[in-house]
Amino acid sequence: MSEQSNNKSATPVLQLRQINKNFPGVKALQQAQLSLYAGEVHALLGENGAGKSTLVKVMTGVLQKDGGELLLDARAQSFATPKDAQQAGISTVYQEVNLLPNLSVAHNLFLGSEPKRFGFIDKKAMANQARQLLSTFGLDIKVTAPLSEFSVAVQQLVAIARGIAPKRGAACTKVLVLDEPTASLDADEVQNLFQVLRQLKQQGVAIVFITHFLDQVYQISDRITVMRNGCFVGEYQTINLNKAELIAAMLGKELCQQRHQAPCLAVEHSEAILTARQLSSGQSVQQLDLDLPQGQAVGLAGLLGSGRTEICRLLFGLDQADGGTLSFAGKPIKLNNPAQAIALGIALCPEDRKTQGMIAPLSIRENISLALQAKQGWWRVISKKKQQQLADFYIEKLQIATPDADKPIGQLSGGNQQKVILARWLAVEPQLLLLDEPTRGIDIGAHAEILQLIRQLCQQGMSLLVTSSELEELTAFSSKIVVMRDRKKVAELNGEDLNPDRIMAAIAGASV
Amino acid sequence: MSRTCLPLWITFALVLLMFAAGASQFDGFASLRVVTNLISDNAFLLVTALGMTLVILSGGIDLSVGSVIALSGVAAALLIGPYQWHPLLAFALILPCAALFGAGMGALIQYYQLQPFIVTLAGMFLARGVATLLSEESVAIEHPFYDAVAEFGLELPDGGWLGATSLLTIALVLLMLVLTHYSRFGSSIYALGGNSQSAQLMGVPVARTTILLYASSSMLAAMAGIIFSFYTYSGYALAAVGVELDAIAAVVIGGTLLTGGSGFMIGTVLGVLLMGLIQTYINFDGSLSSWWSKIVIGGLLFFFIALQKLLSHKWQNKAGGRA
Amino acid sequence: MTNEGVVVDQTHQDQSKADQLKAARQARYSPGQSAHQFSLYLYPLVALALLLLVNLLLDPQFFSLQWQDGRLYGPLIDIVNRSAPVALLAIGMSLVIATGGIDLSVGAVMAICGAVCANLLVLGDWSIPAVIGLAVLTGLACGLVNGFMVSYLGIQPIVATLVLMVAGRGVAQLLNQGQIVTFQNPDFAALGSGSFLALPVPVWLVLLALLMMQLLLRRTALGLFIEAVGCNAKASRYLGIDDRGIKLTVYLLAGGCAALAGIIATADIQGSDANNAGLWLELDAILAVVIGGAALTGGRFSLPRAVIGVLIIQALSTTIVVSGLPSKFNLLIKALVILLVLMLQSELFRNQLKTLFSFGKLRGGKA
Repeated sequence: MSEQSNNKSATPVLQLRQINKNFPGVKALQQAQLSLYAGEVHALLGENGAGKSTLVKVMTGVLQKDGGELLLDARAQSFATPKDAQQAGISTVYQEVNLLPNLSVAHNLFLGSEPKRFGFIDKKAMANQARQLLSTFGLDIKVTAPLSEFSVAVQQLVAIARGIAPKRGAACTKVLVLDEPTASLDADEVQNLFQVLRQLKQQGVAIVFITHFLDQVYQISDRITVMRNGCFVGEYQTINLNKAELIAAMLGKELCQQRHQAPCLAVEHSEAILTARQLSSGQSVQQLDLDLPQGQAVGLAGLLGSGRTEICRLLFGLDQADGGTLSFAGKPIKLNNPAQAIALGIALCPEDRKTQGMIAPLSIRENISLALQAKQGWWRVISKKKQQQLADFYIEKLQIATPDADKPIGQLSGGNQQKVILARWLAVEPQLLLLDEPTRGIDIGAHAEILQLIRQLCQQGMSLLVTSSELEELTAFSSKIVVMRDRKKVAELNGEDLNPDRIMAAIAGASV
Repeated sequence: MSRTCLPLWITFALVLLMFAAGASQFDGFASLRVVTNLISDNAFLLVTALGMTLVILSGGIDLSVGSVIALSGVAAALLIGPYQWHPLLAFALILPCAALFGAGMGALIQYYQLQPFIVTLAGMFLARGVATLLSEESVAIEHPFYDAVAEFGLELPDGGWLGATSLLTIALVLLMLVLTHYSRFGSSIYALGGNSQSAQLMGVPVARTTILLYASSSMLAAMAGIIFSFYTYSGYALAAVGVELDAIAAVVIGGTLLTGGSGFMIGTVLGVLLMGLIQTYINFDGSLSSWWSKIVIGGLLFFFIALQKLLSHKWQNKAGGRA
Repeated sequence: MTNEGVVVDQTHQDQSKADQLKAARQARYSPGQSAHQFSLYLYPLVALALLLLVNLLLDPQFFSLQWQDGRLYGPLIDIVNRSAPVALLAIGMSLVIATGGIDLSVGAVMAICGAVCANLLVLGDWSIPAVIGLAVLTGLACGLVNGFMVSYLGIQPIVATLVLMVAGRGVAQLLNQGQIVTFQNPDFAALGSGSFLALPVPVWLVLLALLMMQLLLRRTALGLFIEAVGCNAKASRYLGIDDRGIKLTVYLLAGGCAALAGIIATADIQGSDANNAGLWLELDAILAVVIGGAALTGGRFSLPRAVIGVLIIQALSTTIVVSGLPSKFNLLIKALVILLVLMLQSELFRNQLKTLFSFGKLRGGKA
């Protein structure tokens, strides 16, 4: 699959070979690789958890690799700190702008290598240099104002400018890593950024471009490296790879035998439990029409940032709708907070288990009974005995591997944590269960069990809305699949159309 | 007007307003004498607050300063009195020791990831404990050097008199202004207060800065203790109780955010002046009771905190709208 | 149909797997929560016992109790009695700290509530329950102010409560017009210095408050919610817990506890001294909670452990007195104890200790 042929000259400026990186219980990178040549824009692609960020962190000295080698100008190197990498000429602009919003723009550009005069920071010279530097980006702003006063787009450009600004005692920038630089930019701002990237390219800088906007990949990149589940999938010339092939490479095609079973039987028409019409919320969800039928699982597909998570948040009352109507079980509803949604019988397993789902220091028993307890109110306590029964029941039912229910949830493996979170919501007996990426970051065994559970729940009459990046998985249990792109619903697939190829085509859009 | 500057200007306006109110009501309020007294009476608080500003700008807090003032006062009094040291020699021992004490707290905070609040609380007890141990009674200082210093000063018209300690305080203020705004150490402090993780990624020496800035705060507090000893001619283990709270209040009233990263050294100076003016006003009035100063300062604190909250909200909405 | 078959099959497998798990669970005896909780109680209790033991060694009469006028007297009773105000503060502070907050104002709130009591009593015409009621209401109002600032205005707890810490003492002085307001009311004074069933009344008040709070927190889900919010406020909101309401509640309760402490302190000296009532007691309360093993970052809390923390602090002071060391060592020793507790709470330090210890063991084994 991978094309090693290369029309560029000689050695890569930076080469990563067979990089391994382990975190406790997770193999974040296995034999990952990347080759960068001077004067190219190299897109590094993959779904969430594919290992892109980890690879970048290894490359920039934030994390230490556990195995493999890193060659800079054909010499083996290892960076102990981000500063080491910077000194060697590798600059990084992280996903969230990692600058200091409280300092002035100029200071952000030159922090640590401020121009000095008589031993003091020369603010005038700093401002002048900053203006000069930014003018090459076509940016004419007040450099003495705090960074926080500018839009995220400007902050992003400043971060990039800092990346290539000359630093005290450092080599000039050879490699510039941009982690999702366009996530918060509008179309014009993106073009502006690309203009800058092309300039840098001409100056011979190698640029690593991480993004989930595939259109942009085709606009700017010369070559593409795709990763999946911490592994290298392939390296491609951008012009030789069409969008569908790219998506196929990103999402993968291996089939788990478990998932080949037919979807839920109840394809026949059933009442809609939840209906949304023209539902909108700011920029994040636009004019969504959605019907969730009773007792069926509906899949929600789309790339990262397409609006999947935002729909879940909206239906759970975490974000408020600013247009359109929503009705649940035949009655119009308006959700202001999760408590209201839970009272109605809607539950959400959030995407980020660590920060939004589990309460790590509390025991499994408490984590399972908390949602039910919150629903009942604080004065009607669930006795410890009842909690224990509840916990034991779900530990058996979901096969949560733990010595006892008193173990803090934070000490379990990812899959078991996810099962506890699921158990928490099952205990509330919701009518509609929203699962946002329920299988991310968990092991194969737990994965299969959770899919099995989804099917069981459907059969018991529960309605589900499940988002996932894994299309095979979605087709395994969904009665229909809603496809999102750029925060809009672009397709609703059912029956014969329920197969990964059709979904991929819909995700890729008409341009395929 | 920028978000960070607005509270500063409001404090400045309040200082002027307070002064105008005093001047219009009382004879002799609008004189250089009142202004110079304001400085000399609040000199030790001002010096303490300068150190506190550094700490708060970095996102930390230092509760130990009041005790360090007392400790350095007692130590100075004992060294000069019973041990017959020359005051300058005594100061030369006390200041580095204080810096070491602060550096110790900074190291605990940095390397053991302990919360500044509780570490400096322990420091507060420790310093006060050592001071009590050294002497439970107030120790009087009698030394020709102290007399000489007391006589040294700048005669100003209108009954104004800038004594040696006031001059020293002003010098320290200027030094700290330059240090915070024109040195790499100052930049690093702001960077830490903005976001210590980002600061680390941008190559700021986080550990060194943290330790240095707690050392500076303790050293400035010790300096304040020495200034206080010139004011009272004594050292007392129970002196300056609660000064840390006054210093924190002055910093907040001066427009510095307690979350760190935003504020100005000059704001702290204005904050101390405003608090001093309120006290002066109450003294001049004579009928107003002293507790009003506490209530007013509490009210001011709330006002400034609420104002900053409001401003940061507005700013977030603005930025959010543009994003 | 085939599908169902699969499911049934699966359930069978589940069953056998579950049995295995169960067996494994029983085989590997797990100490479980009770043992875990016991070990949490162990350290503070051992510390307290050690302190008392040192006292006993220093003064053989230390554990002696005398019966006089229907009341017990003795050093142990003194420790418990003197701990009462701080114990009440620590109960409230535990909850605030459990949510990751801190309440610096409780000392000032004590002073305000004490001033309210004294002034009402001096005015006369007020029944004692009414005085107590009004004082507690005042405390709750102060807590409401703090809670509102923290939870709804989103102000950092240290700053929000600093406002009332500074202004509160001024308010108390205002109520007292700068005087020490004294009153003659034996019934009210009994709240501070009287005795009931052999024990001083303040001790009973602490026990009552502890019991009521335990009931309120553990017989309802409030305690669990407080811990959940303290561990992860965001996840708690996703669970449908009103995290802001919970935060408001803990400051409210802390205000109520401070009011009770203020009542005891005022009744004890039969007067209200706005300058000194409850001065710096907030720091002792915070310390007690930390010594009791709670983390300032929030999470699990235990009221009894906080009260043990208070007893440790008080016993420490008593030890210093009994040992014949001058009282000037008091603060220094306190500071060293805090430092020790702090270091023990730091994971890094514990690991360093462990490494040291295991080295020692290794060497010892070889030798």
